[in-house]
Amino acid sequence: MEKYTLIINGKKESLEAQPEMPLLWVLRDILNLKGTKYGCGQGLCGSCTVLLDDVAIRSCAYPISEIGDQKITTIEGLSPEGNHPVQKAWVTHVVPQCGYCQTGQIMNAAALLKRNSNPSEEEIESAMAGNICRCGTYNRIKEAIITASKSY
Amino acid sequence: MMPKFPFLKNKDPKNTSKVFIPSRRDFLKIGSLATGGLLLGVNFQCSGPRGETITFAPNVYLSIGSDNQVTIVAHRSEMGTGIRTSLPMIVADELGADWSKVKIVQAEGDEEKYGDQNTDGSYSVRMFYEPMRRAGATARHMLLAAAAQKWGVEIADCRTENGEVVHSGGKKIKFGDLVEAAKDLDMPDAESVALKEFAAYKLIGRDVPIYDNLDFATGKAVFGADVDLPDMLVAVVKRSPVIGAKVLKYNEQKALAVPGVNRVVKIEGAGIPPGLDKALEGVAVIADNTWAAIKGRDALEIEWDLGPNEAYDSEQQLKEMLASTSVNGQVRRERGNFNAARQQGGQVIERTYLVPFYAHATMEPPAAIAHVHGDGTCEIWAPTQHPQWARQAVAQALGIDYQDVKMNVTLLGGGFGRKSKPDFVVEAALLSRAAKLPVRVQWTRDDDLHHDFYHAQSAQRIRAVLDKNGNLNGWNHHTVFPAIGATANADELHPSDGELGLGCIDFPYEVPHIRIETHESKAHTRIGWLRSVSNIHHSFAINCMLDEVAEAKGQDPVDFLLGMLSEDKDLTFDGELKGDFGNYGEPLEAFPWNTRRLRGVIQKVAQESNWKAAVSSGKKVGFAVHKSFLTYVACVVEVANGDNDQLLIPEVHYAVDCGIGVNTDRIRSQFEGGAQFATSLVLNSAITLKNGKVQQNNFDGYQVIRMPQSPKKIHVHLVESMEKPTGVGEPPVPPYIPALCNAIYKLTGERIYRLPYKA
Ligand code: FES
Ligand code: FES
Repeated sequence: MEKYTLIINGKKESLEAQPEMPLLWVLRDILNLKGTKYGCGQGLCGSCTVLLDDVAIRSCAYPISEIGDQKITTIEGLSPEGNHPVQKAWVTHVVPQCGYCQTGQIMNAAALLKRNSNPSEEEIESAMAGNICRCGTYNRIKEAIITASKSY
Repeated sequence: MMPKFPFLKNKDPKNTSKVFIPSRRDFLKIGSLATGGLLLGVNFQCSGPRGETITFAPNVYLSIGSDNQVTIVAHRSEMGTGIRTSLPMIVADELGADWSKVKIVQAEGDEEKYGDQNTDGSYSVRMFYEPMRRAGATARHMLLAAAAQKWGVEIADCRTENGEVVHSGGKKIKFGDLVEAAKDLDMPDAESVALKEFAAYKLIGRDVPIYDNLDFATGKAVFGADVDLPDMLVAVVKRSPVIGAKVLKYNEQKALAVPGVNRVVKIEGAGIPPGLDKALEGVAVIADNTWAAIKGRDALEIEWDLGPNEAYDSEQQLKEMLASTSVNGQVRRERGNFNAARQQGGQVIERTYLVPFYAHATMEPPAAIAHVHGDGTCEIWAPTQHPQWARQAVAQALGIDYQDVKMNVTLLGGGFGRKSKPDFVVEAALLSRAAKLPVRVQWTRDDDLHHDFYHAQSAQRIRAVLDKNGNLNGWNHHTVFPAIGATANADELHPSDGELGLGCIDFPYEVPHIRIETHESKAHTRIGWLRSVSNIHHSFAINCMLDEVAEAKGQDPVDFLLGMLSEDKDLTFDGELKGDFGNYGEPLEAFPWNTRRLRGVIQKVAQESNWKAAVSSGKKVGFAVHKSFLTYVACVVEVANGDNDQLLIPEVHYAVDCGIGVNTDRIRSQFEGGAQFATSLVLNSAITLKNGKVQQNNFDGYQVIRMPQSPKKIHVHLVESMEKPTGVGEPPVPPYIPALCNAIYKLTGERIYRLPYKA
């Protein structure tokens, strides 16, 4: 076991974990931040997406030992009340069906809009290609991202 | 208690609903509801599988607190259809509650209290539309009576609105201020209580956002794996790689050496048949956290006796199944004399259709939490579609009383039929008992793909005979696929009546000679039901063939099918079927098979999609129509070539007749998602087995549609109707599959006879 201090949602968290433990399980099992979801464990589905210094990463494939002092933002830190423009657009378009993939989708969309505040439809599609929604909410995700982009 | 096919269980609630005030004891049992207010339960009778009457205790609770809090119990599982919103909003609309303040609480799994809670077969709205309205109306009448008494006015001059009773003279009073008085009034008879005029509804028939909308967007929604208990351990299981495999011996040393691993426990599994509700044989690693449990599981050394399925090869079986369809099979429907029609000459078009095994791949892999207490009783938290079956399976596995299992239902991260089966819930219970602590069993994605209850692979052969005048005179459909029933009973070799009733035996067209036959096949893996079940392969084969027949006749496929339908009538298939026609558990008198409604959706989709113009302008459009789960759906799909010859799906049109649309936004979302789901079935997904083992491990091997490939615009056109509402969870899938295939044919010039289609 190693000791780590992470900066998560603006707060310092000290914990002990195996160095190779993926951030996903650190968040879910050690820090009890359950908004980040497990879907595949191999970087293939995007359910576990969080931000590392504003860049979207797959937390299931990111060992805790490689995080260092990069700042982590999870869905709980994006805006707890759902006031982030992406979350608001999600609510407006009633995007979720089962809801399971949606926190990952929202985090990925937030990262996209941060680096490209006015993405084309193709840019949205390629940026979101790593996030699977088995319920098939892709059309509304796209609409919501376009709506959200208007407040950037 | 479990019927063979829960999704076909007779679910006719009749209109004998009765609303009542539950006893103090019932009241206390549902502690999550406010106390001190007006509490109503709805009690109604259901016909059992053999038509006998079963009386269920309250199926729904509605409480109105003196603090004005209206609380409605959701007794169906939420897996993405929006049912947790749609049923309570019916109650609230009849009541005249302030919807923005209504609280919804999820019911636990309890047959005695809520009746059948099995959430599959697209029937929740169909079954509960009427009882929910009666519950709301009864409460409304009690509040109106209380207000009228208080004010000394006529009930008829009062109405409810936004959580208040309003008098025509302008006086208003909040529900909460009336509940004490209302409690002492006589209950109106729920059966004769006046329901609102449809036009008076403010929620029913409109777009209502889902209750959990914000919780989903903020990550606060609680799914199965999100439940956290003090001292809870996590288990990950190495399960038999081949159905029927048994553990000969195992070495746990390396697993125990992984930091965080706590213990290793063997699970005694069902052998052959594996059953629909049993755990698989396996060895579980129990650890402090999920990661340690996964590492520990990977370190296990297990020696297996693989058993009789060791050499099973799904491709080989599919070839054999296909070959079997070339000879006579067991006749399941016969009209006229197909062989005579064939001998009369003309043109025979003979085609075969192959569809693979599919996995559900719900975004949330199975997970369940169990806490077996020291006294032997057990509490469960699970994302289950069928809480009662899970409860019963757990009781049986632990050898305890059904009453000693408490079943809490979480949100489901997708279901599609997978989470009807309680195998993963049983695992959690067995492991908690062994560990003497709460345990979460967590399936990894490879577990999910390797140990699913798959949609059965199938082979079909259709012969269409066109007579000398070019009219479709004979239809011979052979279908073979391992039956769901074979998972629990190895002797079931033919598809059941229930499975044939899913879009095969109810072929609705006016063909003089029809012969439908089945052949034998064995199940070598677990077979289950996936969103729309056998409708998937039946609609694919039938609608692709009809498109080909239209082409052979030189006729537009839409015109051709309209011509193949009889004048408006209710089909009964009388005298033609060798078995029963299930009609999705409903009597044909209550839910007829109506050709007018089928014609209606065909005409609507042609009109809304500008079918004729699209065809003549050279757009690559495909069409199909299919009724399933009592809902009539026609579909037009357009395809095009994108950059690098990537297949694009620019536009989809659906015409839908599901009777009264309760929450129109959720109807549309089911069709949007259904089109995406069905696209995966056509273009991406297949499960194959070699040496008895599933070959696909994750979303790289078992692919599903992603945003760039997904249909771009999906239009859902609802037929305005005052017919009884029918479900929409599954009906989007079947017609979309052949509509997409027929469109691809226009683009490539090649017909599709095997799924998935690889460009
Ligand atoms: S769980 Fe991390 S990408 Fe799927
Ligand atoms: S909403 Fe269910 S997986 Fe995306």
